[in-house]
Amino acid sequence: MNARWLKYGIPLVLFAALAAFLAVGLTRDPREVPSPFIGRAAPAFSLERLHEPGQSFSPEQMKGKVWLLNVWASWCVSCRVEHPLLVEMSKRNDVPIVGLDYKDERGAGLQWLTKMGNPYFASAFDVEGKVGIDYGVYGVPETFVIDKQGVIRYKQIGPITPEALEKKILPLIRKLSA
Amino acid sequence: MKRSRAGIMRILAALACAVALNVFAQADEVAHPDPVVEARLKDLGEELRCLVCQNQTIADSHAPLAVDLRNQIRVMVRQGRTDDEIRAYMVERYGDFVLYKPPLKATTVLLWIGPFALLALGIAIVVMIARRKRMPQALPEVSAARREEIAALLEERAGKAARR
Repeated sequence: MNARWLKYGIPLVLFAALAAFLAVGLTRDPREVPSPFIGRAAPAFSLERLHEPGQSFSPEQMKGKVWLLNVWASWCVSCRVEHPLLVEMSKRNDVPIVGLDYKDERGAGLQWLTKMGNPYFASAFDVEGKVGIDYGVYGVPETFVIDKQGVIRYKQIGPITPEALEKKILPLIRKLSA
Repeated sequence: MKRSRAGIMRILAALACAVALNVFAQADEVAHPDPVVEARLKDLGEELRCLVCQNQTIADSHAPLAVDLRNQIRVMVRQGRTDDEIRAYMVERYGDFVLYKPPLKATTVLLWIGPFALLALGIAIVVMIARRKRMPQALPEVSAARREEIAALLEERAGKAARR
């Protein structure tokens, strides 16, 4: 009885454990790396605005507001997928969205916004990608939810999906705005 | 025979070109590469993960982000920052995930001891099975009559051997 349990039971238990680990692994996105930014102050920067080259944008200007920082670029394919959702959000006035045009050409970025609609409250132009590095950006588009005190509360890697918007981002914005 | 040797030479030449091009591509990122900076960049870059193509190091990857990060490391090396400071800079932005040798913390304990725990479990199972095999099997019951019969047979055999 005991020997039989060992002979069949142990491989069965090991298989079940392995299968469970692999099953959980399949549901996860390997690109979603836990961000070290959650709960930390949004890194300060000062960049030229995309539309007004002479003027600058810095996160300081958003103090006292809950806002989104959306990192995008005209060369970024998945940004196209996400963009209509951002336009919709700006029409509903959910939250001010600041665009960070990452490693782009000014002309291409501007043309993109004219064609696809401009959902941004303000657009900063990060031509060298230095601010992107300070925000740990590695998969454009990325979106940060920043609270009234300038602390990063959430980070979306890759396009905002309708599901993530409804279940995570909008409830969080409501909570932070209250 | 001669032909195949020429073929091999051609392949080797192609490989040499590929290697040379690769080296060239990395050094080409800066106008005047400083060998000391490049050496430290190489050492550091090999223990940092590129987050765009996650199974490559920052030293290996051709992703634009890896190029930017290599340039950032060059700047920091020239500023005289230590390896630890540069590593901290990366972890601050990308988390422990960038390190191919993550620190031992509560969240990484499983990563560090997991393989050894599995190995120990495997050894324990093998030892258990081996012991079980070595253990003497219980002897079957033999009746007195049968015993005598066996003794007689053994004696007979011994007698035969002696006669030979």
